[in-house]
Order: sequence, then C-alpha cells, then structure tokens
Amino acid sequence: MLMTNDDVATPRDTGLRIKTEVKAPTGAALPPSEGPDIVCRKVNLAYGDNHVLHDVTMDMEDRRVTALIGPSGCGKSTLLRCLNRMNDLIDNVRTWGEIRVKGLDVNAPSTDVIEVRRRVGMVFQKSNPFPKSIYENVVYGLRIAGIGDKTTLDEACERSLRGAALWDEAKDRLDESGLGLSGGQMQRLCIARAIAVEPEIILMDEPCSALDPIATLKIEELMYRLKERYTIVIVTHNLQQAARISDKTAFFWLGRLVEFGPTAEMFTAPKDKLTEDYITGRFG
Amino acid sequence: MGTLADASRGEAGLNPTQPRGGQRGAPDAPWSLIKSVRRGEPMIWLTGSALGISILMIAGLIVVILVNGLGLFWPKPLEQVTLEDGSVFLGELTSREGIPNPGQPDHLQKQRILLRVGNRDLYGFDFKWLNEDDIAKRETPREAYFIERREYGALIGVPVAVKDGERTLAADTPAARMALAELIEKAERDRHAVETIEKHEIGGINYEIEKARLESRRLDLALSQEPGRDLSRERAAVEKATAEQQARFQTKAAELSALMAKAGTSYVTFRTAEGGSKDLRSLDIYRAYPANDLSWAGRVGVYSGRLWEFVSGNPREANTEGGIFPAIFGTVMMVILMSIVVVPLGVLAALYLREYAKQGPLVRTVRIAVNNLAGVPSIVFGVFGLGFFVYFVGGGIDRLFFPEALPTPTFGTGGILWASLTLALLTVPVVIVASEEALAAVPRSMREASLAMGATKFQTILRVVLPAAAPGILTGLILAMARGAGEVAPLMLTGVVKLAPELPLDGFLPFMHLDRKFMHLGFHIYDVGFQSPNVEAAKPMVYTTTIFLLIIVVLLNLTAIIVRNKLREKYKTGAF
Repeated sequence: MLMTNDDVATPRDTGLRIKTEVKAPTGAALPPSEGPDIVCRKVNLAYGDNHVLHDVTMDMEDRRVTALIGPSGCGKSTLLRCLNRMNDLIDNVRTWGEIRVKGLDVNAPSTDVIEVRRRVGMVFQKSNPFPKSIYENVVYGLRIAGIGDKTTLDEACERSLRGAALWDEAKDRLDESGLGLSGGQMQRLCIARAIAVEPEIILMDEPCSALDPIATLKIEELMYRLKERYTIVIVTHNLQQAARISDKTAFFWLGRLVEFGPTAEMFTAPKDKLTEDYITGRFG
Repeated sequence: MGTLADASRGEAGLNPTQPRGGQRGAPDAPWSLIKSVRRGEPMIWLTGSALGISILMIAGLIVVILVNGLGLFWPKPLEQVTLEDGSVFLGELTSREGIPNPGQPDHLQKQRILLRVGNRDLYGFDFKWLNEDDIAKRETPREAYFIERREYGALIGVPVAVKDGERTLAADTPAARMALAELIEKAERDRHAVETIEKHEIGGINYEIEKARLESRRLDLALSQEPGRDLSRERAAVEKATAEQQARFQTKAAELSALMAKAGTSYVTFRTAEGGSKDLRSLDIYRAYPANDLSWAGRVGVYSGRLWEFVSGNPREANTEGGIFPAIFGTVMMVILMSIVVVPLGVLAALYLREYAKQGPLVRTVRIAVNNLAGVPSIVFGVFGLGFFVYFVGGGIDRLFFPEALPTPTFGTGGILWASLTLALLTVPVVIVASEEALAAVPRSMREASLAMGATKFQTILRVVLPAAAPGILTGLILAMARGAGEVAPLMLTGVVKLAPELPLDGFLPFMHLDRKFMHLGFHIYDVGFQSPNVEAAKPMVYTTTIFLLIIVVLLNLTAIIVRNKLREKYKTGAF
C-alpha cells in the first residue's frame, strides 16, 4: 500500500492510500464507446427468503472494463452470474428486474439460456480447464455447437490461444493435458476457451485471486488487449487491480449498488462515505 | 475415541526432554505402562493385530487351496503292498493316519495307510485302507503303470501284451511298454477324428434336421390357423431338406462306425496286482505312465500334460476327471454378459438419481432402498430370476417367437442370458452406488465451465461429467464382477447345469446361443465336491477347480483395473 495519490487534490482525499493511476492501453486511445452494452434495471435476486440483490440499476458500456468491488457477500458475484443466468443452477433462486445484453432480454421466458451463455462468456475464480488436451479445451465451445470441421477448429484454436497470449507457450503441446499447465497458463487457457466462441461479453469472477503477481500482471495485460474487442465485467477483491484495469467501477454493499462511476473519479473523489471508507481500507 | 484424544494430548503434555520410546523397559514399569496407554500404543497394537489376523486368514486360505490343489497332477509313486494273509494291493499312497480306538491304550498308536488302488470295474472300490500291522512287504515295482481311461476311473497294473484283433503285436512287458506310447498317440488322433465327425459334422446335420422339423411344425401351426392355405411348396422344400440331411447323416454315421471299427480293434492286456487281467481297448486310454520309472523330465511332462488337459479339456466321468474348460468358458462369458448389462443400467440409474432427480425425501428413500438391495440374499434374486426372467419373460418369448418348438422351451428355461440378467440385477446396486459417488466427485467448477460455454446439461454430462467419472464407475464394475463371478446360488435356479453338452458360443448360426444352459466354476466346485459318486477321488479336484475360479476372478478384475488406471491417467482431475 503506497501513498502515491499526490497529483489529485480533493477535499476528501486525506485518507486515500490506493494507487489510482489508470493506464491507457499502449499506443492508441480507446475507441469511442457505442453506448451501453449491458443494461440492468432494478435487478433483484433472492435465494429463498434471503434477499441478496436490491434494485441494482447500472449500464455497462461497450468495449470497456467494468469492475465490481465490495466486501465479501455484497452480491457482486451474484450480479455477475445474473448476466449469463448461471444462478439458474442453484435451486430456489428468484430473479426479477430487467437485464438486457445487447438488447437481448436475459430473463425473458422466451430467451434461450444456451444463447445467452454463448454470447456471454465467463472466466471463473479458480481456473477450471477440462481434463482434456489443450486443443480440446479451446475448441470445446465449438464442438458443443456442432462444429466438427478440422480447419475451422484449428483456426479457432490458434486465434483464441493467440488472443489469450498463450499461443507461444502452448503451440508445441496442444495434445497435452490442459491440467499440465501452470496456474496462470490454465487461467489464460480458460480465457482462450471463453473467447473461442466469439462472445460479445466476457465476465470474470475474481480471475486472478489464485494467481501470483506475475501471472496476475499477464492476465491484466491481456484484459487491456481484450477490451478492444469485448465488453468485460470483472469482479475483484484487489482494489489496485480494479484501479489499474477498469474504466468504470461499481461499489456494492449489502446487496445494493452504492456508487458507480468512472474509476478515476471513484478512487480519487468518492461521493459516498461508504465507498471512501472501503477503498481506504477502513472496513471490508 | 476418548482414549485416542487423551493419547494425543498426553503425548503433547509429556516431559519434553524425555526421548520418545525411552520409557519402554525403564525401571518405573507401572508409570511407563500408563504412559504408553495414554500415548495410544495399545490402540496401535489392536489395529495392527486386526490387520495381521485378516492377512493371515487370507494367506492361509490361499496356501491351503494351492497346496491341496496343485498336487493333483503330480504323478505319485505306485506302491505294491503284500499283506500277511497273502493278498496284494498296488496303488498310490494317498494318506496315513493313526487308527482311532477311543478309550483303549492303543488309541491312535497304530497307523494305517490309504491306497488308491483304482480298477473300480474289477474290485468295486477305488480306495483301500490297510493297517500297517498287517503289512508283510512294501515295494515299488518298476513296470507298474498308472492308466487314465474313458470310464471306471484309473487302471493300475502291468502291461503284458498288445493285440490287434487276433494278431499279437507284443507278447511281453518290455515290448508292450514300447508299443504303449505309440498306441496312446494313435488313440488321441482317432478320438479327435471321432469327435470331429460326432460333434461338428453330425452335430451340424442334427442342427439342420431339427431346423427342418421346427419348420414343418411351423407349417402345421400356420395351417391350423388358416385352413385351406396352400403350403405344399414349402412343405416339399422342408421334406427335401430333411431327406438330404438324412442321407448325409447315413453317410457320416457309416463313416463313423467304420472309423470306430478300425480304431477299436487294438487291445492292451494288463495284469493287476492280485493276478487278475484286464483287456483295455487302446481307444479308451487317455494317458499311461510308469509311475515308478519316471525321470524328473517325465514327471514334469505328465504334470503339464494333465494341467493342460484340465484347463482345455471337457469333463469325463461325472466331472471327476478330465478338464473344466466348459466351466471356465461359461464363467467368463456369463461375467462379460453381466457386465455388458449392468454398466449401462447402473450408470443410467445413477445419472438420474444424481443429475436429474430433484434431491429430496423421495430420492433419499430410493437411494437407501438401492443400497439395501445390495444386501438381499442372492438366492432371493435367483428365485426372482426364475419367476420373472425364465417363466414370465422367457415363456412369453417362446409363445411369441418359438411356438413351433413348444412344449419344449427355448427361452422358457434356464439359460446363460437369464443367469446373466439375474446377476446383473444382483450387482446393479453396487454399480449405482459407485457411479453415484463418482458423479458426485466431479468438481462443480468443471460442470459450471461447461454450462457457461453454452453447453446443455446433456452435453455437459456426456462430454465432461461421464469421462471424469469413468474411473469411479469402473471401480463399481470391478466390485460387481468380483461379486458376480463368485455367485452360485442364483445361477442354480437360472441356468447352470452339471454338464452342458454344448458351449453357448459355437460355429452354428447365430453363433451366440443365449438360450443355452452353461457350466460355471462355482457350481462345478459344489458338484464335484458334494454330488459326485467318488468323493475321495474328487476331493483334490475341488481344490484345483477353486484355484481356477480364483485365477479367473483375479484376471477379470485385473483387466478392469488396468482399464481404470489408464482412464484415471487420462482424466486426472485437480492439478493443484
């Protein structure tokens, strides 16, 4: 925790100890956003009688990284899993409110959950490659979509592994088990698997929490590259990470969205007292 | 458990400067005893000895079976015993024991010997007890022969002459011994030729005739249902086929009797110990060796020859001699059929229970019921198999598909299919339980990864869950096979027989005859040991057959274990 917050002066910055520099991707500036990609309107969720999300309303922009932060149990992962309906797997879950992903009403009865999940890829906290070869891991999504053409699969495999910055390390061992990779490589393999089906959105649920700093750095660099093409929503407990990689940050507390705004503003001049307390480490 | 907890606490609380184990044999014995109890040493001894006793019992079992079973084929020396009263006996020394005479001072003091004298056709008995006190002379004549033949058990005597019809080929013992080896080889060839005609050629003709008979019955049935239908052409075809086969049968039967007449003319004359004589057709001799005049190589030769005959031959003499090949074949085929049925059934049931069914009281009840099903006595499954599979399903199949053969049942009687299905039912709880555990052990993260990729539940199960659970499912199969291969009781009701004339797999269409009865090693042990007319002679056979049953079970399990380990290697989960 370094005291690096020196160039921004606001009336309430006295306690800030978080590094808040937001790096732009090397080279060009961000392409202009085309407006909201994911629209949440009064999203609520309850596990049985336990109401865990209250009226969350937020827009996530196209080709930007949106970070969801907050203490454990605040509902940020739950919201993330609402976006591709992974909460359906849990018994006794009720969701109401509206979520639209590129115009597609996620929760509508007519919506095919398979379609939603194809358009919204996901990377999990613990890397979870299948006990198959690296190649089969990457092309899994294509295979279940019924694509069996060898050249298509080969191309998708190479493109995805390059996209996940794993090609150079894995190109000579595509037939070896995906479980033989290191932790960071496995997580990048999971990212390659997610982008192989060309989703529109990538959800990341604490993707670096089980990784060492060097592997974390690689994944973060990868996210810079990915956001040129994909909308990324990331849940993280690492506030520096949120500050480094995200364009907008949302702070959750007890199932409510407390504050949502551009990351630079959020970390330098939080509007809410709770946010300030959290990001300065006074609680959470 | 309290003592264990105390022990660990006690260990931590002990004087830390004292070296561990230093108390043993120390002068302050009561203290060291208490300390050792507190450290939990008696528990170590208790658990260790429980394991030791278990291993000892299993090792003892295997040693007893091996010692009793493997000696069966070793050629024993022949002893000629002359009694005080002048009677002479020649045979294998089988055992020696004290003569029981309770209450008298000579109780168990005097000894008697058991001689296997053979020649049941001449004496009416195979074994003879002789008191050692009555014995005047014991010797081992070099020219005495042990002969295995087609019927009446062993013949023990001295070959004195060989005749072919009226012609004498050898007139004294050395010449007869010379001729014997060649005669046995020729007998072997002749028997093979006879068997080829009897089993394969005439067997095939009989099969065709039976088919024609059933066809004509079918025509009768069709006619009775539809009077006035013109079936003369079909009937003519059937009659023609029957006549053809009958003609072929006549030729083959003539060929067979010619062969028998040619082969059955040579006789070997044996002189028995007490001076009697026996003419034995050379065609009936399977093996003959001079037991007291054998080199080591000769003995090993006899041993391996008998062992090979045992593994590959058909049984003779109410199963007490010859081989057990049909039983080995039946056991293996039944276990394989059972596995083919039980794995899909068990895995599908487990998939429903674990993946699709809504977990609740009902599923819990079903699960408990399935677990308890594994504890139902196997004979109950046998009764069910007889009532349901054999009479209900089999009878129904007969009425629907084989009405022409009735009242002779085709599937409506015990057979390898029904026995395998009954065993599959018996072992399916084991497979369900093991598969369920294997499915539950597949990490949730792996399923989520697949579902998040847009896979359906079915695709996830097929491509991710089942492959990852395969090793565990195979563990269930291994347990099921171990149980199934050793089960006898349900088989006795559903298709096992003492002697099956034909294997369930042969060269006649449709090759796999699932309706046939079969032989089984477990039942063979019971039959040889307790149902045979010659218990004393059959005793070693029981042990030898047991060895083979164990070997078969181990081999089947080993195959499944190797497959499982390969799969485990392939679908290793959890790299960190």
